[in-house]
Amino acid sequence: MFVLGPIGFTVPWLLLGLLALPLLWILLRVVPPAPVRRRFPGVALLLGLRDDDVQSDRTPWWLLLLRLLAVAALILGFAGPVLNPQINTASDAPLLIVMDGGWGDASGWNQRQERLEALLEDAGRAGRTVAMVQLTDLPAEGLSFQSADVWRSRLPALVPAPWRADMAAAAAWFDALPAQPMEVLWMSDGIAAEGRIELLQRLEENGTVRVFETAMTTYGLRPALYADGEITLTAVRNRIDTPAALEVQAIGLDPSAIERVLANVPLRYEAGAEEASVALSLPPELRNRVSRFELVDHRSAAALSLTDDGLKRREVALMAGRDDREGLELLSPLHFLNQALAPTADLLDGALSDMLLANPDVLVMADVATLSEAEAEAVEDWVQKGGLLVRFAGPRLAASDVSRDFEDPLLPVRLRVGGRTVGGAMSWGAPKSLRAFAETSPFFGLSIPADVDVSAQVLAQPDPILAERAIAVLEDGTPMVTRKTLGAGQVVLFHVTANAEWSTLPLSGLFVQMLERLAVSTRPARPTADDLAGSVWTAERVLNGFGGFEDAARLAGIEGRTLAEGQIGATLPPGLYRSEGRAIAVNVMAEGQTLAPTQWPVRIVVEGLNIVQEVSLKGPLLLAALLLLLVDILASLLVSGRLRGPRGGVVASVLLAVFLIQPNAAQAQENDPALESLALLATSDVVLAYVQTGNTEVDRVAEAGLRGLSDTLYLRTAIEPAEPLAVNLETDELSFFPFLYWPVSADQPLPSQEAYVKLNRYLRSGGMILFDTRDADVAVYGRQTPEGRRLEQLARDLDIPPLELVPSDHVLTRTFYLLQEFPGRYAGREVWVESAPPDAEQVEGMPFRNLNDGVTPVVVGGNDWASAWAVDRSGNRMFRIGRGYTGELQREISLRFGVNLIMHVLTGNYKSDQVHVPALLDRLGQ
Amino acid sequence: MREPRALRRRATETAAPFPPLLAEAERLAATVLLGEHGRRRSGLGDEFWQYRPAIEGDEARLVDWRRSAKADVHFIKQKEWQAAQSVMFWIDDARSMDFTSDANLPRKITRARTLALAAAILLVRAGERVGLTNSDHPPRSGEAQLLRLAEEFTAQGSAQDFGAPETRGMRPHSTAVFMSDFMGPVAAVETAIAKAADRDVRGVLIQVLDPQEEAFPFDGRTVFESVGRSIVHETQQAGDLRDRYLERLAERRAVLRDLCRATGWQFQTHHTGDTGQSALLWLHQALQRGRR
Repeated sequence: MFVLGPIGFTVPWLLLGLLALPLLWILLRVVPPAPVRRRFPGVALLLGLRDDDVQSDRTPWWLLLLRLLAVAALILGFAGPVLNPQINTASDAPLLIVMDGGWGDASGWNQRQERLEALLEDAGRAGRTVAMVQLTDLPAEGLSFQSADVWRSRLPALVPAPWRADMAAAAAWFDALPAQPMEVLWMSDGIAAEGRIELLQRLEENGTVRVFETAMTTYGLRPALYADGEITLTAVRNRIDTPAALEVQAIGLDPSAIERVLANVPLRYEAGAEEASVALSLPPELRNRVSRFELVDHRSAAALSLTDDGLKRREVALMAGRDDREGLELLSPLHFLNQALAPTADLLDGALSDMLLANPDVLVMADVATLSEAEAEAVEDWVQKGGLLVRFAGPRLAASDVSRDFEDPLLPVRLRVGGRTVGGAMSWGAPKSLRAFAETSPFFGLSIPADVDVSAQVLAQPDPILAERAIAVLEDGTPMVTRKTLGAGQVVLFHVTANAEWSTLPLSGLFVQMLERLAVSTRPARPTADDLAGSVWTAERVLNGFGGFEDAARLAGIEGRTLAEGQIGATLPPGLYRSEGRAIAVNVMAEGQTLAPTQWPVRIVVEGLNIVQEVSLKGPLLLAALLLLLVDILASLLVSGRLRGPRGGVVASVLLAVFLIQPNAAQAQENDPALESLALLATSDVVLAYVQTGNTEVDRVAEAGLRGLSDTLYLRTAIEPAEPLAVNLETDELSFFPFLYWPVSADQPLPSQEAYVKLNRYLRSGGMILFDTRDADVAVYGRQTPEGRRLEQLARDLDIPPLELVPSDHVLTRTFYLLQEFPGRYAGREVWVESAPPDAEQVEGMPFRNLNDGVTPVVVGGNDWASAWAVDRSGNRMFRIGRGYTGELQREISLRFGVNLIMHVLTGNYKSDQVHVPALLDRLGQ
Repeated sequence: MREPRALRRRATETAAPFPPLLAEAERLAATVLLGEHGRRRSGLGDEFWQYRPAIEGDEARLVDWRRSAKADVHFIKQKEWQAAQSVMFWIDDARSMDFTSDANLPRKITRARTLALAAAILLVRAGERVGLTNSDHPPRSGEAQLLRLAEEFTAQGSAQDFGAPETRGMRPHSTAVFMSDFMGPVAAVETAIAKAADRDVRGVLIQVLDPQEEAFPFDGRTVFESVGRSIVHETQQAGDLRDRYLERLAERRAVLRDLCRATGWQFQTHHTGDTGQSALLWLHQALQRGRR
């Protein structure tokens, strides 16, 4: 191959033809263009006139140039030019490919994969062995050099980890390897990391290092901060030279538990700015629902920030048994609760029934002994549905009879009369302090201040279950806090008062921590290791490197201390962790973390990820030559005067037409006359229609099937349909058709959003679609087929009601024929229709239930009905069904199903009403 | 051919090409007839012209007694002069006339013949005699003459490239209409007009040209041929010749105009791109003016 700059030639000797160009120039210059012969009566007047310009008989220079260019393009084209010819560098040392492998790689992952593929292809061609290492996932067994093909087959399985590599650990790992000469290719993520230079030095000991790095900017979204009613979102980036505009989405569940975008905020970077912040103010209801923030269009774990309780504020309803004692604020049973909860929760105050209507997360009852029966029932209901009832004892509770002989549902234990007082003036002993929390207690790990003591409490009746219900006990083993579960909720009883009368607990920080552990309140800031000490957290959802969620079910629980350290890695993948109703998000980006671009030493060559591919220029050059020759035709005609004079206009317009005709003519606009003719066609008779799938064969069968069904209807019933029509979902109006047959093929394109709007309108306004996956022969026993999956995708955006298998009393079974099965070409049993309302019941003596009104908007099945119905133009059946007489019987039943279906479409529940006739006659006394 | 049947057949055969030409000519003539009157002088004729008082020397038989009885003087009834005149046509039928630059335009010869026939219709209706200079038939009046003219017009033209005016059938003191493109040798025209002047014939020259001949829209290397291919001229740059060609055309026209002025003839150029009506109107009026 002969290489000239970035272009190589496969047949270079053809280029010698270029030498002939000057010769051509001379030749073309000498030969004038051929004359035009014209009849002209005025020629007599021309006789004797001489041409002024002798030169003009030669071809003009620009025309010559044009022709030479065309010829040159031809010569160059046939010489086989190739842009960016790949010339292999000869080296047969083993190749080590080092990848950072962290979330920084995620944004340009495809590009990286392609580059790797190209590198491996080169290595494979050169017969070099290759080893690949992701620094986030260092193989314990060391490097394994294998053939490039092996690595290529593994390439698709590579994924970036949701954390970043530890360079120091990697350097240590490399140190442990035996020295070996190799060439190192390092795919870097372009983000500065500690220890990268050291690792580079270590790698260079083995051989040359080439670095590949993307020029793209990597963004990271720091955890959302909530303060003063505003959420502050901060994103950082590693390349800061240019201004940039990003968008942050707040994503969460909507009231119907569907995940959707709750808010969008723009984020702007000035040039040179490392980070950009935006404040987002959301109403509490919305804010509580936010589950994560995402940078739009950036695909990495760092571009996503999960939210946890830090953003949420619980609704806590407070209720006190006595609210007299005016002016004695500190003695109010709710004072300390108010102080403890106000910063982190929304407090409700008011009548119990009103508060329950607001469905609070927590209900705190301070010294409330008895509730009215209705109230107690309402509270119990609420707890059963997941509420947390926290009760504090007090004089009233101590004095009441509640939960004496049998356990009150709203108290975790039975109580003894009167309670006890310790350390008072009239009692022995000193006030008791708390015993360290047991491992099973939700408070496990909380340190107990020395000054917390209890001087009075209510006592629990000894019970076998008391020990397991007690979650905090005093030194002497008497339960201090007890808890039981009730339905989906919990009831917790503090055996002391909520004020400082009986104990000093409410005065201490422990009180707040305990409330937090009980998820009564949420923590305002990131928990410290002490806060989380002793708790075990399970991952609810963990992130992968791309910022997607992965199944977390198989991950082991994580100790609170590890969680508090927040050092993400294989042991602590970023994600959402939950314990005892509390949630903590571990995000990739930590508070205050910044990103910086990598700084490579000057000696290192940094290459981009773009692959320069061999591009053959032969085609374009030949095309250029062709175009030049076409232009030459025009120009020659112009020069020789054929574009003017008689018929010049004709020539010109023909040429123009040739030039202007595009291979793909503009699509015919949807215009009113066409729509009108369709409307006329579709509405002057009953017309069965099928949805065009784009697959010619499927469409042909669908049309033939509907033709067969139309013929049957014509022969047997009062319905006399016209020829079936094909319907294009994108362009045609659907509302003319009572019935659409939609054969589903696996390769069918999804309709556009506008088409979905149209379809939904069609379904709501009484249209019916028969979905036919045509796979009942293979889709038995719930086996998933490509068509079935396609149908799922197709129907995802459709407004389809709940479905059920056709019940035996469905009106479809008797609209014309009495049927119990609905075979097509296949006799699958699964045919789905809109499900009956849950309150449909069978009236005594009636054979059928009183089913829903109207027509089922969809019928879904896979029996390939069209094939069973299909007739060709001359009325012959197109497909054979089953064997012999049985098959013909099946076809007959299939046709009967078609008749029933169309009858159902056109007459609705008429046949359903008919069954009431005996009852009506009976009631009329006949 | 005297048998009625044969005559009929021949009439039908020959009339087949006529209707377009005749109909066209009739249509053209109809646009001009309106408002045109006869001689406007007294003479021999059928139409009443005026009563004039009798003067000395008038014959008594000329006195219109009925009119004279109403007054004290004698009146003489005069008729409008209806002395018929011969108008002789020469339509160039050389090959150069058999040309059109555009399928939508009539050939020059077609237009010339249509004009001539239309003028003939007008003249015949006015009682004149019409004839052709290159025909053996004497000028006659009447519808039959029109048919004869039409028949002559459908005959094959001459094989020459350029025609010269024919003066053979020209009668003294008559009027002549020459229609041609006058692209051929101008000397022939001069000779013919000189001959006509000798016989006291006045008339009209109408130069019928195709628009292309007036515009010369050619460019590039071109070989020009006459319609009969007898004359060929090759040029490398047709565009450069345009100005000189137009100059020569104007020169030719000036020569013809001068010739006409000297002999009392009238000259007009007609383009086949224009309507025939204007040319016919002009021709009609020119014949009126040239009438004696």
